[in-house]
Amino acid sequence: MRMALPPLAMIWAMLALAAAVDTAAAADAARGQELYESRCGGCHSLDANRIGPAHRGVYGRKAGLAPNFSYSTAVRNATVVWEEKTLDAWLTNPQALIPGQRMNFRVALPEDRADIIAYLRQQSGK
Amino acid sequence: MAQMINLRRRGLLRGSGITVLSASAVALLAGCEKMAVAQSGNGSTANDVGILNTALALENEAISAYQLGAQSGLLQKPVLEVAVSFQTHHKEHRDALIATIRKLGGTPVPAKSDAEVAQALNASMLKTQTDVLRLAQRLEKGAANAYIGVIPSFGDRGLAQVSARLAADETMHWTVLSQALKDPLPAKALSFGA
Ligand code: HEC
Repeated sequence: MRMALPPLAMIWAMLALAAAVDTAAAADAARGQELYESRCGGCHSLDANRIGPAHRGVYGRKAGLAPNFSYSTAVRNATVVWEEKTLDAWLTNPQALIPGQRMNFRVALPEDRADIIAYLRQQSGK
Repeated sequence: MAQMINLRRRGLLRGSGITVLSASAVALLAGCEKMAVAQSGNGSTANDVGILNTALALENEAISAYQLGAQSGLLQKPVLEVAVSFQTHHKEHRDALIATIRKLGGTPVPAKSDAEVAQALNASMLKTQTDVLRLAQRLEKGAANAYIGVIPSFGDRGLAQVSARLAADETMHWTVLSQALKDPLPAKALSFGA
């Protein structure tokens, strides 16, 4: 008798889900802080507008709303709300998410992005 | 073609308020002349100009930060000289970026005042030479990482290479500052970028 195997597509879906849960669980805000300071700190601070806008409160907020920062038209007019998925897309390739933006800085590794996002979320009290 | 480049360059010097392009700015731009002409009108050029303008804002902040450090009275003799020399490097980066932005048909962003930068960087909290060095070290590392992190976004590979050269200068500054602070060397390779 042959055992009924789950279809391949389902196995892939389960693996993908497991991986997603894994990254979410492993996301480490403390490591995220270190990464934030070294990778983002050239341009951003939590509480001051510098080359880029201040970040405290950014998680859960619509793009382009840090007070008194002069955004590109593209980011100011974007309807994107910053949460895990959108931030991950932004840090992967900002221009692909919001064409016409001025950040252009990319973070290559998914685990680095997840940790940085966990830190931004924590600092936004979400 | 050569004449066209010449005209552009004269326009550039007239408009920028910079009378002479520093030798290192010229060296940094070497090879970008053809690129600038060939690329004008290209779709990715606007984005490249955006990256360079963000980099220019970064350099302007660094120039102000070193100015604040130098004027603070907190830096002693050999350290003060090093700070001033690093500030000169950042000014040369600024000039090279302004020149490239203009060549590509863009408008360079104006610098913020030293006072605005002082506020954004919390400069009133700097009480010792070590505080100033730590701030400079943090900014230089951030700048090196910023230049590395924008490399994949450039449409033009010549400009991506310029970004790598700028990152190398900032890394050199970071190394010297780390030595002055007697920090241990990074334990692992590839501690910058990604
Ligand atoms: C080279 C400088 C630079 C670096 C490095 C940089 N950014 Fe930015 N960032 C900007 C600029 C400039 C903007 C504004 C973009 C615009 O208006 O088009 C921005 C905007 C953003 C926004 C949108 C904020 C809002 O209010 O809508 C987020 C989120 C962000 N950056 C996150 C990050 C994170 C996280 C890092 C580090 C992993 C990072 N940035 C590194 C320059 C930078």
